[in-house]
Amino acid sequence: MLIDTHIASVAAKEWTKVLSILTSELRDLSLAEEMTQEAFVKAIEQWPASGVPQRPGAWLLTVARRGAIDRLRRASVGREKTAVVARLEQSISPAATAVDTSLVRDEQLQLIFACCHPALSLETQLALVLRCVLGLSTKSVAHAFVVSEATMAQRLVRGKRKIKQSAIPLHMPDDAVLTDRLAVVHSAIYLLYNQGYLSGNQDKDPLDVSSEAIRLARLLASLMPESSETKALLALLLLIESRSEAHETDKTIVLLADQDRTLWRWPLIDEAQHLLDQSLKLGKGGLYQLQAAIASLHCIHDPEATDWTQIELLYRSLITAADTPVVRLNHCVAVAMTTSPAQALVLLAPLEEALNNYHYYFSTKGELLYRNGQYDEARQAFERALSLTQNKKEKAFLRNQITKGQL
Amino acid sequence: MKYAALIYSDETNHEINPDPSSEAFGPMMAGYMAFGEKHGAKLAAGEPLTPTAMATSVQVRNGETLTTDGPFAETKEQLGGFYIIDCDTLDEAIAIAADIPHAATGTVEVRPVPDFHKG
Repeated sequence: MLIDTHIASVAAKEWTKVLSILTSELRDLSLAEEMTQEAFVKAIEQWPASGVPQRPGAWLLTVARRGAIDRLRRASVGREKTAVVARLEQSISPAATAVDTSLVRDEQLQLIFACCHPALSLETQLALVLRCVLGLSTKSVAHAFVVSEATMAQRLVRGKRKIKQSAIPLHMPDDAVLTDRLAVVHSAIYLLYNQGYLSGNQDKDPLDVSSEAIRLARLLASLMPESSETKALLALLLLIESRSEAHETDKTIVLLADQDRTLWRWPLIDEAQHLLDQSLKLGKGGLYQLQAAIASLHCIHDPEATDWTQIELLYRSLITAADTPVVRLNHCVAVAMTTSPAQALVLLAPLEEALNNYHYYFSTKGELLYRNGQYDEARQAFERALSLTQNKKEKAFLRNQITKGQL
Repeated sequence: MKYAALIYSDETNHEINPDPSSEAFGPMMAGYMAFGEKHGAKLAAGEPLTPTAMATSVQVRNGETLTTDGPFAETKEQLGGFYIIDCDTLDEAIAIAADIPHAATGTVEVRPVPDFHKG
């Protein structure tokens, strides 16, 4: 059993590289995925007896290529396929130079960009990323999205079919669209992280999707070392992750100011600060960079020392870059600290129409009203927030706000 | 690889879809001429359509041909023309579709044309 776990983890490290090389050679994601999967099954069958090969990636790739050759030979052979088979045979012949799976930057990026193509729906992008880029089983991916395995399998098949039939490119995006396409990948990773947060709240998630999102952010940051926003995204996720344990107890959520900061994972915070510094050297003002900068100002040992002036300024920059009601809501919280709760309430009022069903809007409003001495209104706001969330811990937190304030 | 670029636009909006007799018609046509010149090499076909008021919908049921005045479906934006783009990838097709003048005011739907002869 121990050996099997070891083998599985050695193999798992090679998944992205093997599948991305094979996809690039076959120009067919579905076939490449199937052959990679078969190679992994063979590894798990054979390695316990034969031992883990010296270069597991090369072993897996060779087995997957042989599988592809057999499959293509058996299928009706068109001219294009004959050429693919010839190239594959060349690549596995003893004369061919050994496969170096350590240097496959472009192929891995191509796979990520194909799975996060804006022509695919967001839910399809996230499913493909988990299955194809990160190599999770369809069953695990289904769990993460709280759908049946059959539904998820269907979603993956449709996604791969669209990639093939509409010829979503399996090569690098043109420079003209690279920034936009990278932003799509960033947004998929960020949403994946949040998906982990959401499904984690249901107490039955066997897969840590948030960790998978961080793993992907790390991979992307290593493949795109010159991207300021990719580093900033990774920094932001690490900062949120560092506080995740302190953010909630078994029963309730804990506000930033009240969290036990000894529970924070300081090595992650240090790593994030370093990434943020590097990001700032590469460029300034990206959305993830602004958010990471704000998060990093919160990540200090003494909450009393929080630099709210700087945070408020950064929220203003964020509003200039991407004006959304939620960003403005967070800005109000900073204004309450730099100016007064009364001033924050003035800025908050116009957001109510857009955020009328958002429990966090009403809990923030309740908090600001309470600090402004408007206790009756505060209670009403907390009660409205209570009616808008089904999450048990959020509810416990809101009830506690009402009792604590004797409202 | 062939893609159909189906151009949808609000035909009742005369700023977006000017009458041939109006002054705005010339500049709109010039936009399409420029588009054709830029991407001509990758355009296999392309035609404008008359407004949906000219449409006749045809259905055959039990061997009987039924004709109805008007388009198949009433929608906010109507099919007003199309191109067949011949290029290698969806990214290329999207880039070309984005240059169609009505993409700026309406919607261009890009759909791959299946190739049943390819293995």
